[in-house]
Amino acid sequence: MGFLAAVGRAFIAFLAGTGRIALFTGNSVMHCVRPPIYPRLIVRQMIEVGYYSLPVVGLTAVFTGMVLALQSYTGFSRFNAESVIANVVVLSITRELAPVLAGLMVAGRIGAAMAAEIGTMRVTEQIDALSTLSTNPFKYLVAPRLIAGLVTLPLCVLAADVIGVFGGYLVSVHKLGFNPAIYLKSTWDFLEALDVISGLVKAGVFGFLISLMGCYHGYNSKGGAQGVGAATTNAVVSASVLILSSNYLITEAFFSTVP
Amino acid sequence: MTEIDNKIEVRDLRKAFSGKVVLDGVDLDVPRGESLVVIGGSGTGKSVLIKNIIGIIHPDRGSIKVDGEEAVGMKARDREAVTAKFGMLFQGGALFDSLPVWENVAFGLMAGHGTSRVDGKEIAIEMLRQVGLAPAVAELSPSELSGGMQKRVGLARAIATKPEILFFDEPTTGLDPIMADIINDLILQCVRELGATALSITHDMISARKIADRVAMIHAGKIIWTGAISEIDHSGNPYVDQFINGRAEGPIQMEIGKP
Repeated sequence: MGFLAAVGRAFIAFLAGTGRIALFTGNSVMHCVRPPIYPRLIVRQMIEVGYYSLPVVGLTAVFTGMVLALQSYTGFSRFNAESVIANVVVLSITRELAPVLAGLMVAGRIGAAMAAEIGTMRVTEQIDALSTLSTNPFKYLVAPRLIAGLVTLPLCVLAADVIGVFGGYLVSVHKLGFNPAIYLKSTWDFLEALDVISGLVKAGVFGFLISLMGCYHGYNSKGGAQGVGAATTNAVVSASVLILSSNYLITEAFFSTVP
Repeated sequence: MTEIDNKIEVRDLRKAFSGKVVLDGVDLDVPRGESLVVIGGSGTGKSVLIKNIIGIIHPDRGSIKVDGEEAVGMKARDREAVTAKFGMLFQGGALFDSLPVWENVAFGLMAGHGTSRVDGKEIAIEMLRQVGLAPAVAELSPSELSGGMQKRVGLARAIATKPEILFFDEPTTGLDPIMADIINDLILQCVRELGATALSITHDMISARKIADRVAMIHAGKIIWTGAISEIDHSGNPYVDQFINGRAEGPIQMEIGKP
């Protein structure tokens, strides 16, 4: 009976948590579309999420593209299929690696920062102060971050696509001796719009989830420094898990019928 | 006395957190244009009471009327109209550390009253002058200010929108006696100039004697005594006597050393 009770409690806690997140999401989305909107804050968050994340996303992409080319060569050369390396690189980068790795990097950087900032505002009563100053905290704090995440991560991933393919090109041409023109032509010929679009859709979803988790855990943080620390950890972990699980669902939706 | 003579009326207000009863049927009247100070020890429910009235915390039961209008269960839009009457000085200042001082002071005006940034800055500098701060402070970040200066900026922010009701949460906590007296004087001056109703919570009796017209004592989640500040030394209430004289012996038993 004790075991069943423990399972039941855990299940009820899970349902309660899911309900709280669903209510938070609904409330946040409603405030994203209902005026007043704060364009200045949205632009500030877009710079924070996009511009300042570009170096880390770019570095991740370039090394991923380089490693991908190197590993593919090792594998495909056994079957004399080196010519498909360009295809493997561009497909892997645009469909999967750029959005997922960029999402995970931004979750670590931005999700944590959002949770820490909003969490600190919660424990120092700044969110309460917002309410007393005729300002809805959801509109002022959450909506700009959600919009910025949704819009900006796809732009970062677009840059990561180019940089990742360039990383593969660098290794293929300068280390593995591929012909540059053939490599680029092969990349271009094999690339389809759907590959890029699916990656961008993923990035939009991931950006939204990262911001949502950062805001949710920060907004609901309790206590002092320890509470803010826990919120930060929870934001990064939950965003990462959601990125990986939603990545499968989006891939399934896009490519279950497409080869 | 008619009901409308009270700016705020609280009846049978109850609030519990995870089964722990904090407010256990609070009845409180704040007469229009008067300064009421709620005194009580730490953990007696002072902050929870004020946060219920402001609308940051929702009560489990009871009634809160502002200008005769029931605020409990009010729709969000109507609640905003009630909140617009409030100004609050938070215990820790609760200044927005991402904004310079002048934007903190003018925040309520720019967010809730559509004041432009240029006008907002001008008004903020005037408000800072009223609380004894130089215009140069306007450009500083809150983190560059001392505790006393932060309280003054918080006060300037609270009065900037010319609220009808001012709330002061432990206004002198953490300040040296001279700065505490300066803050008390500023509170008196601001309340008189605005003609506002004031509700303060404190355990600092020097502050209470200075800023109160009337005093209410809260203990174990209930208001156990109310009266004019001139009557407090002859209240005949053993709880009030023990509290204002700061004696360890008496009916109020602190939870010290209990597991």
